[in-house]
Amino acid sequence: MRFRHILSETWTGVHRNASMMVAIIVTMWVSLVLFGGGLLAAQQIELMKGRWYDKVEISIFLCTPDTAGDNCTPGQGITPQQRATVEAALHANPQVSQVFAESKQQAYDDFVASYKDSPIRDSLTVDQMQESFRVKLVDPQQYQGVVNDVAGMPGVQAVQDLREVLDPLFQWLRTAQWVAIGTSALLLLAAALQIGNTIRLAVFARRREISIMRLVGASNTYITMPFVLETLLAGLVGALLAAATLVAGMYSLVVRNAEVSIQTLPWIGWTEAGIAIAGLAGVAVVLSIIPTLIATNKHLRV
Amino acid sequence: MIRFDNVSKKYPGQPRAALRNITLEIDRGEFAFLVGRSGSGKSTFIRLVLRELRPTRGSVFVDGGDISNLPSWRVPKLRRQIGTVFQDFRLLPGKTVWGNVAFALQVTGYSRRDIRSMVPETLELVGLADKGDRLVDELSGGEQQRVAIARAVVNRPMILIADEPTGNLDPATSVGIMKVLDRINRQGTTVVMATHDSTIVDQMRKRVVELVNGDLVRDQGKGTYGYQA
Repeated sequence: MRFRHILSETWTGVHRNASMMVAIIVTMWVSLVLFGGGLLAAQQIELMKGRWYDKVEISIFLCTPDTAGDNCTPGQGITPQQRATVEAALHANPQVSQVFAESKQQAYDDFVASYKDSPIRDSLTVDQMQESFRVKLVDPQQYQGVVNDVAGMPGVQAVQDLREVLDPLFQWLRTAQWVAIGTSALLLLAAALQIGNTIRLAVFARRREISIMRLVGASNTYITMPFVLETLLAGLVGALLAAATLVAGMYSLVVRNAEVSIQTLPWIGWTEAGIAIAGLAGVAVVLSIIPTLIATNKHLRV
Repeated sequence: MIRFDNVSKKYPGQPRAALRNITLEIDRGEFAFLVGRSGSGKSTFIRLVLRELRPTRGSVFVDGGDISNLPSWRVPKLRRQIGTVFQDFRLLPGKTVWGNVAFALQVTGYSRRDIRSMVPETLELVGLADKGDRLVDELSGGEQQRVAIARAVVNRPMILIADEPTGNLDPATSVGIMKVLDRINRQGTTVVMATHDSTIVDQMRKRVVELVNGDLVRDQGKGTYGYQA
């Protein structure tokens, strides 16, 4: 009975504020999609970072007869002796944890695997590929010492620290992610204020009822509940629409496109989407309840 | 039932206290008039009993409990023990007589069954048994005040507080209202009524408590509105 009365009050409120409810839902929807997108992007970045940083730290490419470079003798590849010196130097460095030597054949196999549909695949021979050392570090942050050690050695064509390549990319992705989250934070703030104002108006419209409720001893919970349920409903509908949008986006962008066309990268899956949706649902609940409680509190003080 | 123990109330920014050192006890089942001019402290007295205000000094007891420092979450429970009626009725327009009376029960969690039995009894008590379906805006002032009284007593509170209940009514209608209040008092409810209406006070011959500028100047059993030697 008690609950039925609260629900009927809630329904009346939803009815009366229909246009404001729609405004709240749409604002919530858009901002939560951005927020959830930000969460997904963050997880995607972590995933790629983990995979790439883990795999390769520093690649030391060795000279072939075709390569040019300060430490290469033109027309001549690295000599076995030079290779041994480079390898010994790497092993001697305390920052180095593991050294993999990649032969021309391995490099060729890798290349064929990555570009199996590419027309240039058949134009390259095993002999044209570069030998390299792949070095794992004890502490991936301390790469500069190793790079300096081997960069000037004879027979070393180039030292590629993948971090130098990846860091700007990640930086760019991080910026994009924070722009999304920052924009969504602004929109969510607007949504929260909108909820506060709507409820303030709704409370004002019903001040007569509320003053009588207080007079006859209705509990604060009872008086507040219809307003809280009303905004909670708006927040949850917004969250639901945002979740549906994210799922649709995940499906069309990641599952149907990215995963198929860029198989070398790790892609976020439904687990990550679930985490993002839970996150945005939590934000929706908190952002709809708190402004409502603040807006009603003033009128409930005895 | 209601006890004021050396109560003073001073509003912030006001040089003079609204109530000064009031000590007073109203017993269970008593009928007491609170008289005095506007600004004498009657409303402050009532708001202290309802715990809309806290005393600056002293303690207010209702049914034996000190309500001066009652935490706000327990105030609704106190209000359920006190029915309140005002000069301006404070009904919900657009609702029927039945709806207005039932509202007090609905929002405090009574079951539909209870409401179906309690509302007609109360409408009978105030003499509106046949007007339950009427919208309150269609009623006369006296009838509207009866609805307000019904709403105040429908959950059988221990105390009924009436703040100028006849202030907007003509003398003949006022007599009817006083009869209703008297009937409620006879059923055991303590009634405290603030009023300007000397005729009513003189007719009823009940206890009279008079306030002047925040001081209690008279507390007289079977009293009248003015002084009688």
